[in-house]
Amino acid sequence: MHGPRQNWMQSGAPWIWLTAGAVSVSLLIVFGLLGLIIWNGLGHFWPAPVAAFASDRGATQVLGQITGEETVPRHILTDAGEPVPEGMMLVRRYLVKSGNRELQGADFAWYVEPAMGPISFPADAVVLEREDWGNFYGYLVAIKEQGVTLAADAALWPELTARLARRHELRDRVRSIERDAIGAINYALEQLRLDRRTLELAGNAGAAELEAITVRERALEQRYATQAAELATLRQELARDALVIRTAAGAEVELPLTKIVRAYRPNAMGLFAKLGHYAGKVHEFILDDPREANTEGGIFPAIFGTVLLVIVMSIFVTPLGIIAAVYLREYARQNLLTRLVRIAVNNLAGVPSIVYGVFGLGFFVYFLGGSIDQLFYAERLPIPTFGTPGMLWSSLTLALLTVPVVIVATEEGLTRVPRAIREGSLALGATQAETLLRTVLPMATPAMITGLILAVARAAGEVAPLMMVGVVKLAPALPLDGNPPFLHLDRKFMHLGFHIYDVGFQSPNVEAARPLVYATALLLVLVIVTLNLAAIALRQRLRKAYSAADT
Amino acid sequence: MTERLHNTLIGAIQADGLLTRRYALWRRIKDVLFRWLVNVGGLLIIAAIGLIFVYLLYVVVPLFRGASAEPGAAYPLAGAEPPLALVLDEYGEIGFSVAADGRYRFFRTDSGAEIASGTLLDRVGVRLTAAATTEPAQGIVALGDSEGGVRLLRLAYDLNYPDGKRQITPRLEYPYGAEPIMVGEQPLLRLAARADEDAATMITADATGRLQLTRLERRENQFTGEVQLERIAGVLPEIPALIRELVLDPTQRSLFVLDATGTLHLFDVTDQAAPQPIDAVDVRTGAAEITALGLLSGGLSLVLGDAAGRLEQWFAVRDEHNRYTLRRVREFPALPTAISGIVPEHYRKGFVAFDRGGSFGIYHATAERQLEHQPLAHPMAAAALAPRADRLLAVHADRSAQLWAIDNRHPEVSWRALWGKVWYESRAEPEFIWQSSSASADFEPKYSLTPLAFGSLKAAFYSMLFAVPLAILGAMYTAYFMNPRLRHFVKPSIEIMAALPTVILGFLAGLWLAPFIERNLLGTFLLLLSLPLACLLGSLLWARLPEALTQRTRPGLEALLLLPLFLGTGWLCLRLGIPLEAALFDGNLPHWVTERLGLGFDQRNSLVVGIAVGVAVIPTIFSISEDAIYEVPRHLTVGSLALGATRWQTMLRVVLLTASPGIFSAVMIGLGRAVGETMIVLMATGNTPIMDMNLFQGLRALSANIAVEMPEAEVDSTHYRILFLAALVLFSVTFLFNTVAELVRQRLRQRYSNL
Repeated sequence: MHGPRQNWMQSGAPWIWLTAGAVSVSLLIVFGLLGLIIWNGLGHFWPAPVAAFASDRGATQVLGQITGEETVPRHILTDAGEPVPEGMMLVRRYLVKSGNRELQGADFAWYVEPAMGPISFPADAVVLEREDWGNFYGYLVAIKEQGVTLAADAALWPELTARLARRHELRDRVRSIERDAIGAINYALEQLRLDRRTLELAGNAGAAELEAITVRERALEQRYATQAAELATLRQELARDALVIRTAAGAEVELPLTKIVRAYRPNAMGLFAKLGHYAGKVHEFILDDPREANTEGGIFPAIFGTVLLVIVMSIFVTPLGIIAAVYLREYARQNLLTRLVRIAVNNLAGVPSIVYGVFGLGFFVYFLGGSIDQLFYAERLPIPTFGTPGMLWSSLTLALLTVPVVIVATEEGLTRVPRAIREGSLALGATQAETLLRTVLPMATPAMITGLILAVARAAGEVAPLMMVGVVKLAPALPLDGNPPFLHLDRKFMHLGFHIYDVGFQSPNVEAARPLVYATALLLVLVIVTLNLAAIALRQRLRKAYSAADT
Repeated sequence: MTERLHNTLIGAIQADGLLTRRYALWRRIKDVLFRWLVNVGGLLIIAAIGLIFVYLLYVVVPLFRGASAEPGAAYPLAGAEPPLALVLDEYGEIGFSVAADGRYRFFRTDSGAEIASGTLLDRVGVRLTAAATTEPAQGIVALGDSEGGVRLLRLAYDLNYPDGKRQITPRLEYPYGAEPIMVGEQPLLRLAARADEDAATMITADATGRLQLTRLERRENQFTGEVQLERIAGVLPEIPALIRELVLDPTQRSLFVLDATGTLHLFDVTDQAAPQPIDAVDVRTGAAEITALGLLSGGLSLVLGDAAGRLEQWFAVRDEHNRYTLRRVREFPALPTAISGIVPEHYRKGFVAFDRGGSFGIYHATAERQLEHQPLAHPMAAAALAPRADRLLAVHADRSAQLWAIDNRHPEVSWRALWGKVWYESRAEPEFIWQSSSASADFEPKYSLTPLAFGSLKAAFYSMLFAVPLAILGAMYTAYFMNPRLRHFVKPSIEIMAALPTVILGFLAGLWLAPFIERNLLGTFLLLLSLPLACLLGSLLWARLPEALTQRTRPGLEALLLLPLFLGTGWLCLRLGIPLEAALFDGNLPHWVTERLGLGFDQRNSLVVGIAVGVAVIPTIFSISEDAIYEVPRHLTVGSLALGATRWQTMLRVVLLTASPGIFSAVMIGLGRAVGETMIVLMATGNTPIMDMNLFQGLRALSANIAVEMPEAEVDSTHYRILFLAALVLFSVTFLFNTVAELVRQRLRQRYSNL
């Protein structure tokens, strides 16, 4: 007779539980990661309350948002010269974002619990988001117009809101002039300069033609002068208001209203106000340009760049992948060579993406792009047009990177089309092309779409090769705009994945940028997981449909 | 009537037939066209994919080509005497020669045509006796005469572009005055000199064997702009033997002296008034006399050539007591006869050596490589290299000159320099170092790919250590023991992780996991150890539960049951970690590791990389091995169970064995991914190229190195091509892994279909 313990060992149950443990850990990692990104990414937009407390045993007054807390062993603090009460092994400390960078030097600081006084949340604490220098925390004291203090009364806050709305409206007008009107003029001037250079290069510059260019340049310069004058008046208008803010330390600071993007009092906000604020922040995040070296504001150019990149890539990769797959499956003789090609194509999916980046840089950018510049854009040299990293080369590189995915998926789809259907079509007298185009390919369409979705999902998350062939941290202009030819594939662009790398690792103020990076990561994960789930669902449906067709 | 109808009908039918025929033809054409399109397109696309490999190879291959030297124009050099000094300008177009009789000439190197000439000596009876030239940025030529005077000239070249063509007008300048600087009365037999904008240092040896140092410092009056020269004199310690060669380094601090006994002396002349002897070594091999000497660019290494044709590199090495000793560093392939001259390149660690028998070789020091060796009709007597090292002007004993065009673009690379240990200048011993760029121009680039490949493998090793057990055990359970309905949910969930962009994993690893692990190092280790124990505990508890309860639960849900247990264990481990660390390791395990174990600790270390890259490859390995296990034919397992084996025995002895090739290929593919992973290793390590298996230190992987350095590498430079080589290595390695995996998998599939 075996004892129960021996029985338990012999049945192998412990080992089975061990394998189960591996699955549990993997699941915990997957959902833990997703949870971490979602929690931090969504939390970024929520208006955290502003805490006020005394620190250093009352020596300094602090006003700011608590963004983190942790328990540390005492020696970490004593090593840093922080006094810790005797007998205390573990100490809590809080990370507080107290802004006011121009006054305090750093906008984040750790505060140790034993040295902190009681925490309060004053209802009149104001958070000001600014165009530069980060947030400002304080209490609203007065509003000034043209340097004259307005009567300070209870209506200070509504007054500020109204003036801020006016500021936003003026700012929008300034921006539209700067970007659209003046941008278009500059673009046209640049084109004229290039026209002139082309004429010079051709060597037969007619005086009349040059004269025409000069006349047009004059007209543009005049238009520029008008716009510039309007800009100057608008800027003057903008500079009208200022507000006076008292900091936690009691100092009164005057801030020009034109620099303030948003003002809110989180401690005085109700749930709906907070939700409204949240929606506003999400809106800003998705649709606005970045501020402060990408660490604040929105990520619209990065979203736009990613989407356009993926679209252009799809335009390249879909026909290429499908033709290659049709060739391999339908036309090529099935022999050892095709088998080897198939293995090679399969393996290319496993080649590190950085290798594609290196290839793209060498072959597309320097070799092809350099040649194109010599042939077609000689007037712009030595400034390269296509001989420098840009949208076109990035999308081609990614197309090459993802073409194996499309080939494999399409081939799988073609294999699954029942033979009977092909033979039926041929028996009715259809040519091979007709059979393919009218019956086989339509039946394999879902498989191709699956392949395309997977390719898009892979491309959207790929960063390493793009760092070499066209992505930049801050692009001066979108690759699609109102200046003909509208789509500028030679331009560099911003990208969500690169944004994460750049803001998370290259920015000087990582602590301030971190929430934004989480939010960007969340957006990217959402897009990619959705695409993948769609591909999986499509594939499941496809398999069911074919298994029905087979029987 | 009927006839007309009939005719119409016939006509219609005929027309229809024609139409049908036309239509059939059109269909055939369409078919052929389509076939062509697909065939050509398909082949082109496949060729384009193959192009990646071909293009990488195309960029890399020039690295391993040697140099070539093509003879150009030959002409007799004007003048009555052989040149004492020979210098070429930046483009190698204009030569400068000066002879002992004081005649100097500027001439075109491609024809010998004289551009300007003159004499430096104004009295009969005076002759030039010694010469020294400096690096091209200064362009100084120092000439010692028979009366103990030194002349410092600067070769200046004025560039003009009349009608778009480059025109160079040479002229002489005297930055330290046109009058000779008198350093003694005796004829100067040997001379070493360096000069820059602020100061000139000259070391002279006369017939008495006395070494004398003379330094001139320029003092410019801030207000008047007037230049005054301050003179410092120093005497070097006596050297008993006749002095053969004198060389001063460009910083005017180290002086190398070679005497007739074959002893090389090194002096520190930083303090000009009191020069210090550093070391003196007999540098001969056997009894062969040293016949030539050259100081490589940067001024740290000497190349010595001896009477037997041997070429050796020497430099000063610092020991642990901060003392410098001269060491023989490497030997180059010898020339057939005694070396008669060594001409160093100006910007790279290369040199040209020629021998008495009439041949010359092009060498590179770091790569320990002879790039070219050519026999000559006449032995060279003197030679000069253009600063860009693309032209060599050789002067033979009969004063005929020969211009050589040299194509030598990538001398720095050799198999040994890329993968072996190399003794770099100012290092104590041969080492593996990757350091591709530096602020100074004459720095020795260190292109050892070994530390980078080591970094990639280290990252792959730790990540596989983390991922393989988790993924394969997980695959075993999911494919074989798990409740099928749960499996439908679990498998895609883990697979979706493969789609997670690695930039996000890298970001989380670098900015969340790395600080987290640093704070909870002990807790992390506790967690890694206690999770398997928790599984066993779960199993034990389950066995002890009343059967009424366990029977009612469906089998195959263990993974779910373990989740709360794991969460509890995790919380407990992290909770206990910090107090335990405080109690056992002075409260700071990282600190303790550095202090007590003597291991370095970085926040972004290999542990973090291992986990992060592990997470990235788990889904790949899991998915492929799960498929392999799941596809093991049912009748095998059912048979095993029917024979009385337990489920676990069946798993181990039947299923795993059958599926092992599939699991192997899964691991290979995972390994390929781990080796080539870029963003995670870039973001989660400090990117320091060290060779150390220490778990607590970072690494620099091949892939991350490419990502960091590629945007800054100059196109077609050696650095650029070496980065391409790194990409080619990555490509080949991963391609190999994947191909092996794919072949194994295909064989497995065949075996299954046979079973």
